[in-house]
Amino acid sequence: MLKIKEYKKVKSLEEAWELNQKRSSRLIGGMMWLKMSRGSCAMAIDLSGLGLDQIREDPSQFEIGCMVPLRAIEQHQGLIAYTDGAIKEALRHIVGVQFRNTATVGGSIFGKYGFSDVLTMFLAMDTFVELYRSGIVPLSEFVKNDYGRDVLVRIYVKKQPARFFYQSVRNTQTDFPVLTCAAAFLPGQPFMAVFGARPGRAVRLLDHNAILGEQITEETAREFAEFAAERIRTGSNMRGSKEYRTHLVKVLAKRAALFFADGRGIL
Amino acid sequence: MTVTVELNSRKITREIEPDMLLTDFVRAEGCYSVKRGCETSNCGLCTVFLDDLPVLSCSVPAARADNRKVTTLEGLLEEAKEFGAFLADEGAEQCGFCNPGFVMNAIALFREKAEPTEQEIREYLAGNLCRCSGYEGQLRAILKFLEWKKERGQR
Repeated sequence: MLKIKEYKKVKSLEEAWELNQKRSSRLIGGMMWLKMSRGSCAMAIDLSGLGLDQIREDPSQFEIGCMVPLRAIEQHQGLIAYTDGAIKEALRHIVGVQFRNTATVGGSIFGKYGFSDVLTMFLAMDTFVELYRSGIVPLSEFVKNDYGRDVLVRIYVKKQPARFFYQSVRNTQTDFPVLTCAAAFLPGQPFMAVFGARPGRAVRLLDHNAILGEQITEETAREFAEFAAERIRTGSNMRGSKEYRTHLVKVLAKRAALFFADGRGIL
Repeated sequence: MTVTVELNSRKITREIEPDMLLTDFVRAEGCYSVKRGCETSNCGLCTVFLDDLPVLSCSVPAARADNRKVTTLEGLLEEAKEFGAFLADEGAEQCGFCNPGFVMNAIALFREKAEPTEQEIREYLAGNLCRCSGYEGQLRAILKFLEWKKERGQR
């Protein structure tokens, strides 16, 4: 259990950033996973007084504060409509309603957790993260680089004329996934599939060689699935073996491709 | 540190440790319906309402409840009694340890959706674990309770 010596509800992002520069400080989101960590922190920094628990939608983007609970995202009609329900599918299997009422999107994304349905889904969209000092960076860059003790403030999802797919495989309801898969056609980009819970953190795979071609068929979907299984590095843990996961990469990659072939909705 | 919490419609101010969890806070106030089952944010036994939304009190710092409303089963006795009778009639539970968390989340469901489908019920209550049963009795109890409420409303 995490021991906290001082709890500070900050009044500004500057204050949060300054306090967070000490290695003994921890920024807390929903505290769902953090509370199970060992050791102690001299100061827990709470951002919940900064109004960052709102989702704003305008014609060009969604702006999601870092303290927005996962449940609010799952229920946001604009995000559900924009993603053809994929975002709801990505979140609804995470533990239970009570958990998702408290777990925050900022905590999920900043943690870059391997098991994260949230990271998988947001990587499939045209997503940016706003860091207090480092500014706005694409999520795909944020995932790869170390931004030290910066503070994640907001997440932006740029609206694109795109459609989305999401499926995960779980051994049992509410457990961590064995594999997650999101997919999208974003304008000006080849078909993209994202695989998470490999069990490593989610990675993007682009169909650069246009395996899927102009018209997706059963055969091209199968070819893309083989390509994904070759490229996506998987591993073993208590939920599944490397071999099983690679098999699942094939299954979900094919389903994702075929989803876009016949235009079916996800829900 | 000092927190002021509206616990079951009663405003209280207390000195707490910075790492006190909401479960321990409400139990210290005599709300013994709130229990720890797993301590890994999974089982739903510690469910309370924070500003009317169900949350896992084992994972919420008590400091975060400052100037907010916290409701436990002790504050919902009438609603709980009504629904609890249906659970009992269906013989839904054996040991009953999961009951308070389950009833809390079921009440949250009834408040959010007046007529949930069976799929919606299963999904909403997925985060409430019961190790004695297969959830069939609970599901029957919910469906009968909803039916009873509907009939009563129509009269």
